[in-house]
Amino acid sequence: MVATVRKTVPAAGPAPSRAASRLARQARRNVSAHGFLIGAVLCFAFFSWYPMCREIVMSFQQRHLGVTSWAGWSNYIRIFHDPTFWIAWRNTLEFTVLALIVGYAVPFFVAILLNELRHARGYLRCLVYLPVMLPPTAALLLFAYFYDPTYGLFNDILRHLHLPVSQWVQSPGTAVPTMAMISVVIAATWMNMGGATLIYLAALQNIPGELYEAAELDGAGLVRKIRHITIPQTRLILSMLLMLQIVATMQMFVEAFILTNGGAGVNDNTLSVVNLIYTYAFALSGASNYNSASALGVVLMLVLSVFSGAYLWLTRDREGLT
Amino acid sequence: MTRRLHRRAGPANRRRMAGITVVAALGLGAAACSSSPAATNASSGGHVTISVDCAPPASAPQQHKEWNEDVAIFEKQNPNITIDSIYENPCEVPASFTAMLDAGNEPNVFYTYFTDKNQVLDAGQAADITPYVTAQTVPALGDIVPSAMAAVTAGKTLYGLPTVNYTQGMIINRALFQQAGLNPDDPPTTWAQVEQDAKAITKLGHGIYGYGDYSAGNNGGWHFSSEIDAEGGHMVNQAGSAAAFDSAQGQAVLQALHTMRFVDHSMSPTQQLAWGTLQKQMAANKLGMYIAAPDDIYNVIVPQDGGNINDYGMGPLPSTAGTPAGSLSGGNDYMFAKRDTPAQIQAGIKWLVFEDLTPGVGQFNYVRQKADGFPVGFPEPQLFTGATATKQQQLLDASATVNPAYYSTFSNAHEQPMGEPVDAQAVYKTLDPVMLAVLTNPNANISQLLASATSQVNQILANSGA
Repeated sequence: MVATVRKTVPAAGPAPSRAASRLARQARRNVSAHGFLIGAVLCFAFFSWYPMCREIVMSFQQRHLGVTSWAGWSNYIRIFHDPTFWIAWRNTLEFTVLALIVGYAVPFFVAILLNELRHARGYLRCLVYLPVMLPPTAALLLFAYFYDPTYGLFNDILRHLHLPVSQWVQSPGTAVPTMAMISVVIAATWMNMGGATLIYLAALQNIPGELYEAAELDGAGLVRKIRHITIPQTRLILSMLLMLQIVATMQMFVEAFILTNGGAGVNDNTLSVVNLIYTYAFALSGASNYNSASALGVVLMLVLSVFSGAYLWLTRDREGLT
Repeated sequence: MTRRLHRRAGPANRRRMAGITVVAALGLGAAACSSSPAATNASSGGHVTISVDCAPPASAPQQHKEWNEDVAIFEKQNPNITIDSIYENPCEVPASFTAMLDAGNEPNVFYTYFTDKNQVLDAGQAADITPYVTAQTVPALGDIVPSAMAAVTAGKTLYGLPTVNYTQGMIINRALFQQAGLNPDDPPTTWAQVEQDAKAITKLGHGIYGYGDYSAGNNGGWHFSSEIDAEGGHMVNQAGSAAAFDSAQGQAVLQALHTMRFVDHSMSPTQQLAWGTLQKQMAANKLGMYIAAPDDIYNVIVPQDGGNINDYGMGPLPSTAGTPAGSLSGGNDYMFAKRDTPAQIQAGIKWLVFEDLTPGVGQFNYVRQKADGFPVGFPEPQLFTGATATKQQQLLDASATVNPAYYSTFSNAHEQPMGEPVDAQAVYKTLDPVMLAVLTNPNANISQLLASATSQVNQILANSGA
């Protein structure tokens, strides 16, 4: 009997038992990971995904006399009919392009410069990164003072050099690029370039020195070294920062908001999309409503999603070819 | 625009609202159901607690002390009512105000600007207080200026009680007028005179400019609205369905500003200014004139920015004719949360009557203002007419510490209060860039600017269904 039992038990029982114990072992092994994951998932759910879903729902609703009702596309139609809607998109694209030209290229070349330096590298890196440590509001208030047409530092310098002064952020005109927007880009670049510079610098320092030595032996100058070694070797970082930069600059708000004292510049020439969202939601007092703001938020989210998706697809395709 | 910084305590208010006990008892059940975090209604033994915002914070020590004294006096007189003060300055920040309405967690009695009415009603957060407001519960009711009552009324339903009402004039810097050889007792009343005096003041040099105006934070449009009212124009048509500022009056105002900025150079090249900046310039004796309500002097320029009370005076709003056809009138009020129980509404009305609507008491206790060292004698708030206004003026004159002659030109103009346009803040926001363009672009095309803003405002009004 005993022998029979011993034979039958292993024949019927071991497979599920082993699987169960393997699962249990895996569960035990991952329990802390899942615990951490739950925290993160809950945080994302409450503070990112839920607000996003809520925003989409609110963009199709309206509120009148305390009653919330479905509004169909009326919030979207309303924002599309707002003349400032297109002005805000034009300005946002203008800022994005300018910030790309200035804010993307400048940190890269500053990083190359820092990488080439033999002396005071730590000191200069610290100096470049310092503006990032300033609270954005403080940095922008500083620039608001620099830009002041009467008492500002920049016009003082221009006066000492006997050059014509500028109205900077208060410059009129809407012909692209506007002086007002260039002023905003200068401030934004100064504030943010430290972080990008350090990332570029880290990427540059990962490039094997032998490549440069070989290039030098072949008689390559600085430009050719940058073109044929530095850029290809940092391509991944460059492309990642490009996407981050565009997504961030399309959401420009605080720079224009503070530099224009909560306004939108002469003829709305620094009004950005996010600034318009803020205006819809908060700045119109009796006419403020979250529904129009949500509709514009959804439009911005869609534009950025399409851009990010297209960018990732293009990047993946290119990686496949290399 | 922070109009609640000065809180004044007063003698005991011995009025009792008829039937308060009965109504309070009726409200107990509903009070017990209230779940809002801001509602702090205790409901035992006929006791009612109301949260009230816009109490001056400790950072304004004198006003804070006076508010707390008022609360103590009121609670002593009304042992069944507890005031839960919410200390804040400024009293309303649009972003948090909007969020508060959306969440429905406003205090039981909450501060709003006159221009907020539509937003509060759309959010469904204001209680109908019509049945509770009578000549018995609010003795000065019949004397409250009609435009202020209209600001808290929708149809025939009353949603709040006004506590401050103002018209605007032109604050002048008497010290700079004297230095420039001008007569400060005869402030300019026409735009031509303003231009002339501004030029004379600017000639003083040292960064002094004759005239200043706003062009940011919705304040540019706000001032433009007042200036066009003085000219006899309108921001929107009678029906509130279309913009009306693209007119000869609108042109005249903007042309005067543009001339002062780019022909006379009597306005600073630094523009894009919002509320708070011109007050600082005035306090520092760097500015000759700007448009404001009188409270800018006693709420901001003197106590906050360190100006000398004797350096300021007021004239009426400038206009082409020299006699302002009207002035934008605005102000603030308290509304009652939708969830308030009848007892809380009754208690809130009683508090507002004590603090804000009785001459000699609360904000009208000029004796204590004088004793506390506040300047007294300004022609504001213009909340009452008739016998109540007369009584208020008598009390004001009896305790006046500022020379009323400095303000007589403004007071004697008796500007017609015009109220604010429909969707006021949205309209003001649209006019900010127009003011900014006029003050920063030497080649500004005023006709084009007005036409473009008209189209935008028409769209806003169409969207709002006005």
